[in-house]
Amino acid sequence: MDDLYRDYILEHYRHPHNFGVLEAPTASYEGSNPLCGDRITMMLRVEDGVVREVAFTGRGCAISQASASLLTDEIKGKTVEEVEAMTPDDVLELIGIEISPARLKCALLSLDTVAHALADEAAEKAESGGSVSASASGAGQG
Amino acid sequence: MADLATTGPTSQAAPARLDPYSLRKDFPILATSNRFGKPLVYLDSAATSLKPLAVIEAVDGYNREYSSNIHRGIYEIAERATEAYEATRVKVARLINAPEPAEIVFVRNATEAINLVAYSWGRRNIGRGDTIVLTEMEHHANLVPWQLVVQEMDGDLEFVPITDDGILRLEVYEVLLHLRPKLVAFTQVSNMLGTINPVREMVEMAHAAGALVLIDGAQAVPHVPVDVQELGADFYVFSGHKMLGPTGSGALWARRELLEAMPPFMAGGDMIREVHLRRSEWNEIPYKFEAGTPDIAAQIGMGAAADYLMGLGMEAVRAHEQELARYALEVLPREVPGIELYGPAAELRGGVVSFNLPGIHPHDVAQILDRSGICVRAGHHCTMPLHERFDLAATARASFNVYTVPEEIDALAVGLREVARIFDR
Ligand SMILES: Cc1ncc(COP(=O)(O)O)c(C=O)c1O
Repeated sequence: MDDLYRDYILEHYRHPHNFGVLEAPTASYEGSNPLCGDRITMMLRVEDGVVREVAFTGRGCAISQASASLLTDEIKGKTVEEVEAMTPDDVLELIGIEISPARLKCALLSLDTVAHALADEAAEKAESGGSVSASASGAGQG
Repeated sequence: MADLATTGPTSQAAPARLDPYSLRKDFPILATSNRFGKPLVYLDSAATSLKPLAVIEAVDGYNREYSSNIHRGIYEIAERATEAYEATRVKVARLINAPEPAEIVFVRNATEAINLVAYSWGRRNIGRGDTIVLTEMEHHANLVPWQLVVQEMDGDLEFVPITDDGILRLEVYEVLLHLRPKLVAFTQVSNMLGTINPVREMVEMAHAAGALVLIDGAQAVPHVPVDVQELGADFYVFSGHKMLGPTGSGALWARRELLEAMPPFMAGGDMIREVHLRRSEWNEIPYKFEAGTPDIAAQIGMGAAADYLMGLGMEAVRAHEQELARYALEVLPREVPGIELYGPAAELRGGVVSFNLPGIHPHDVAQILDRSGICVRAGHHCTMPLHERFDLAATARASFNVYTVPEEIDALAVGLREVARIFDR
């Protein structure tokens, strides 16, 4: 059997967790991998420095979709610092299968997109006067 | 003569057909297998072709026996290198029936050839408000250079649309020609749809409207008979590595008057006749466009590839690949339930079949096929606008060459059923 296409990977692909749209995200970002046409929008609601809710939409290969499903499960309830400290290796460990170099971009698109969303949010906060209050309304759609 | 058979394809004097089974032994890589011991089923020839021994040995021979620079040394091996390099020009000219070898400019690949024309001819001849007509099926190589030209020169691009079957809509082309474009540039064979365009007719129409024509022959020269004089083209570009030659080799052909009127694209050694501190005189064509030391070995290999193809006969190559396309278009829908195929019928198609399995990303398709040793391309194949036209994020693509046999298409069908099985469980 193909290691890359274990049942649980295909299960996450067919029925991804946290797939959908968040009503009032404090951070969101659309990441894409133009080489293969993978596209993911990550939406997060951060309160008091903690990821309270997270959801994603998009389309792509089994690896990128399963990775987004697993990653969103993982970061829910984590602090922003914890999420920001996540490395590619952490994601690969989550996915739990060996990823060939050609597919790394697919596997890591979700983490990359989350990182962008959080970075954008941080930048917006810094711009709006550095009030690091965590109020949900603080981060408007700039 | 016994020694006629030492290199290149054997024995067919007037080849109506080629025998892919016997010529497979000319391609050493076909004897290899993957990490699971599966033999190579190479269905990605549109990306780059495999190389026959004749080409490998030509490259090796230069490196081993007469490695030296060209057009410079006054000693035996340098003269030999220059001779072999210039002999390639003659062979390549013959392959596309160019009127004279001096009209063949060596470049690294088709992309470089198009950029050469865009920079040198385009920046001199495209002005404010001028139009360039392209098509929706162009490879990025025949799109992005023109985007840069019209951005810089304040010109416009127009695009010939295609039908859902992947055929250019000539009635719209006709209308676009009323804009009196300065240049029309299109591919002879689409690398995604496989469509073989009616280039001769399109050239005639363009000329009647006063436009020059550039033909992207990257997917044509390896697969169909090409006669630039018969086509009436003004510029014709192609890559060596897709026509059984080495990477790093390629050619631009253009009519002498055009090349002579064009300024150099790159400057340096070899491209000049006289250099003074504040001015220089350009060398004659084609050397004016060949600044610096080229990829001599690769270009010599391209000459061997041209010989190999001419030995097979391009009519025979075309007949073989058309048969493969017909076979694939028949077998895949029958054997692989739900498969979606893109592009026209086999009569209008080169050896290219792009497809999707519903609900399965082509990267996953390609990855699972790889286990069985089957190599297909997955992605947008450098034709993003064309994929947008069909509202596709990506496709998988199988593409054929002289060494492809129907059994490999059977193997693809079996592999695709396995992909569907894995995703359905
Ligand atoms: C139709 C077409 N044009 C141009 C190119 C560019 O060729 P190269 O990458 O060798 O420059 C390709 C290669 O994929 C092609 O298929």
